[in-house]
Amino acid sequence: MAHPTNPPGFLLANLDKVRHWAQTRSMFTVTFGLACCAIEMMATGAGHYDLARFGMEVFRASPRQADLMIVAGRVSQKMAPVLRQVYDQMPEPKWVISMGACASTGGMFNNYALVQGVDQIVPVDIYVPGCPPGPQSLMHGILTLHDKIMSGEIAH
Amino acid sequence: MTDQRHRDKRNVDVWLTGTEDPDWLVESTDEGAQKMASQETTARLLEQEGLAVADDRLLDEDIAPDDELMIINMGPQHPSTHGVLRINIELEGEIIRRSKPIIGYLHTGMEKTGEELTWLQGPTNVTRMDYLAPLHNELVFSLAVEQLLGIDLPPRAVAIRVLMTELNRVSSHLVALATNGMDIGAISMMLYGFRDRERILAFFEKTTGLRMNHNYIRPGGVAADLPPDWQEDIEFILEKVPPRILEYEDLLKANPIWMGRTKDVGVITLEECLAYSVTGPTLRAAGSDWDLRKAFPYSGIENYHFEVPVGEHGDVYDRYRVRIEEIWQSLSIVKQAAESMPEGDYKTDDRKIAPPPRARIDESMEALIHHFKIYTEGFQVPEGEAYVAIESPRGELGAYLVSDGGSRPLRMHMRTPSFANLQALPVMMADSMIADTVATIASLDPVLGDVDR
Repeated sequence: MAHPTNPPGFLLANLDKVRHWAQTRSMFTVTFGLACCAIEMMATGAGHYDLARFGMEVFRASPRQADLMIVAGRVSQKMAPVLRQVYDQMPEPKWVISMGACASTGGMFNNYALVQGVDQIVPVDIYVPGCPPGPQSLMHGILTLHDKIMSGEIAH
Repeated sequence: MTDQRHRDKRNVDVWLTGTEDPDWLVESTDEGAQKMASQETTARLLEQEGLAVADDRLLDEDIAPDDELMIINMGPQHPSTHGVLRINIELEGEIIRRSKPIIGYLHTGMEKTGEELTWLQGPTNVTRMDYLAPLHNELVFSLAVEQLLGIDLPPRAVAIRVLMTELNRVSSHLVALATNGMDIGAISMMLYGFRDRERILAFFEKTTGLRMNHNYIRPGGVAADLPPDWQEDIEFILEKVPPRILEYEDLLKANPIWMGRTKDVGVITLEECLAYSVTGPTLRAAGSDWDLRKAFPYSGIENYHFEVPVGEHGDVYDRYRVRIEEIWQSLSIVKQAAESMPEGDYKTDDRKIAPPPRARIDESMEALIHHFKIYTEGFQVPEGEAYVAIESPRGELGAYLVSDGGSRPLRMHMRTPSFANLQALPVMMADSMIADTVATIASLDPVLGDVDR
């Protein structure tokens, strides 16, 4: 577990591990469903794919209670300031998953209306590819985020 | 309080109850005016806000003066607005007096993008509009292109289209029930609805390669034949889904909370539906049997036996009933289509429009050329315009295409049902309790991708 971002010394290093463990084991997601991907996000949270297996089933309507934002869908120019405001309202530490091609790059819509990638507005930790990504892809993205937090690769 | 623009320690504007509205509350912001227009509006403004109709029951004399009304903002980031709908609601106590839907938060410029894509690429674009019924979008676009081309399809292609779109209607209505349940607090309905949708989506994935946004129905037929053991899959769906629908009815109709929160809530009359060009289950729940599958049949749907369920009260409960009944009717059409599925080709044999079979490309130079031309330049469509409408799960879905004889549309416009239905929302919500807002929105089943495009 010797990672550059981990502080040196036995006590602090292990305290950091506990912190990372706590952060990943109860991650609250703010509902930010925008388009097609939101339906897949809901399907992931529903019974068949059961996101609750990873302690991720809690979708909070209020950003103040959330620490993960899954940007699910295409972000229009009109929605961009809203998205940034919701992100700013989330307490630290916070993470962002960009779900789907539209949120990641603008997807197939290279035109006047869409923000060409949500990373122009907020910092993104994980990009999930697909149009829309299947529930398995989203789960893989979430688990990858967990791994990266556990290893200290994404430090907040 | 001398200075109304009072600032507290955090340097934030606060407004004390009982004082006059300060200027900063009324002024426009970068998000548009946050305050609704005052009551003394001109007739023109009323018309724009969808409040001026012939027998307008919104403009009663007893509407409260401005200072007794409170305006709250709902959305665009709200779990019960089915996406990014924003509504300004004017409240008198707990009663909604007026409301104003604000749309455009998901505007994707799809109609403009459609002008950049060839006729064959068009379904890729339109399938992402109404993402709960993607196959209907593809179908209506393909039908319009085929009308311009003036081609006939093999019977199997037509039957596959009916089979797939009716299955899609079931999956879409299941999500409508699921989200309607979730919004009123019946979380188990949400879990069940999504569970049974998965069965249909599994078949879609097997056939089209994707769970949503299939790009399966294309001008000239469909993209691929049904999988080899498709009959077993359909049988599986027809065996597993109907008992579940009965289960939902037991779950919901025996539930006094569900009944109390849906009966006589969000009422809209037939006259109002017609005035606002409302279509789909919302119109049928109000008492009209208008269904484009009966009125203007397409894809040979007149050859299947089905009925058009009709409600009478036009409330949330009737819309739920109509959707349940439509699921039964669609499952019946699916059964008939599976039983009478003709043999033959799944796309037209016009090699200028549909690509040749894969095997032909290896042995025929012309097949290779046709394949290459179709996927690079695309095919030309004769000059003209076409409007085709079908019955999507949300209502009349129309595609208006203009061709100048090239390989791309000159203009593409979609008449989307959610957009037209959404203007009836203020009528439904007027003079109802604020707690019924989410039930009303959910029963309208708007898809914001369909509204904003």
